[in-house]
Amino acid sequence: MKKFDDEANGLKERAVDAEDLELELALKNFKSSVHAWSDAAYRRPRAFTKEVRLRSWRLALGWALGCVLVAGSVSGGLLQRHHRVEQARIAAQQRAAEQRKQVREQQARAQVSDSDEVLLAGVDSDVARQVPSALEPLAQMMADDETK
Amino acid sequence: MAAGTALDAMAITTADDAAAQEFARVVERHRPQIFRFLLSSTRDMDLAETLTQECFLKAHRNWGSFRGESSAMTWLMRIAINLQKDHWRNRRMQFWRTTRTNSVDLDEASEWLPSGESSIEQQLLARERVKQVWSAVKGLSERQRTVFLLRYVEEQELREIAAATGLSEGTVKAHLSRAVARVRLELGGKR
Repeated sequence: MKKFDDEANGLKERAVDAEDLELELALKNFKSSVHAWSDAAYRRPRAFTKEVRLRSWRLALGWALGCVLVAGSVSGGLLQRHHRVEQARIAAQQRAAEQRKQVREQQARAQVSDSDEVLLAGVDSDVARQVPSALEPLAQMMADDETK
Repeated sequence: MAAGTALDAMAITTADDAAAQEFARVVERHRPQIFRFLLSSTRDMDLAETLTQECFLKAHRNWGSFRGESSAMTWLMRIAINLQKDHWRNRRMQFWRTTRTNSVDLDEASEWLPSGESSIEQQLLARERVKQVWSAVKGLSERQRTVFLLRYVEEQELREIAAATGLSEGTVKAHLSRAVARVRLELGGKR
């Protein structure tokens, strides 16, 4: 029984040792890998100028687009406002012309009605006072009847 | 009196030159290591390059106040860690900005094989192991990752890590233990 326990303990220790060995190896590989990567990255030719130029271009492009957008929005707003003002001015002119036209029409109508009334009054008075010669005997008879 | 002033000026100039030369030597010596740490932390070459430059710029500005209580490497590493923290904090704060990062994926990061693996099988196995470790590192907290990388990639001592991170050695040990457990789990170990 004691021999069996010893063997089991021995196996466990060997497994633990194997795990430690694997961990140690993994950490060693990791360290070497990071060192290799870092050395390569450290020695790489710097793309600083290109990167800076690229960033500058992007920045300039961004600003230009931004400016265009802002200018477009502002000029669009101004144009719209100008358009509205122009429309209002035209509408006011049209209303004024319409009013003037109405006034002129009213005046014309008033003149027409005035002249009609004058004409009718003339006709009435003429008809009332002058009797055509063909109707003179009839008018005479009517006058006689009235006196009787 | 005038001669004394001129001598003083010359002495100051000489001291400045000496300090500049000393700093240039420090940069030459430690720049690759700082870059490597930042690269492994971020997996982004451009970001690592930028942060490395910022690190040495900051170090240059504060070089006069460096009293040599710790090694120059530890001092520089501390600056690099703080810069990296600030970077991620700023990114989190600026969540409305683009979330695109240039970090390479794990496959690409694992492509850099350690030299000396002769057969194809060994290379594949090594690549697989490296990928598993990267996967575990990706899942670590920021502090655990820093401690793990400083220990197993930069091979720093616990007290150096403690000095660079501003943590106690006990805390460093605890973080390291959790990080290793995570790597072991990723590798398929039982413990």
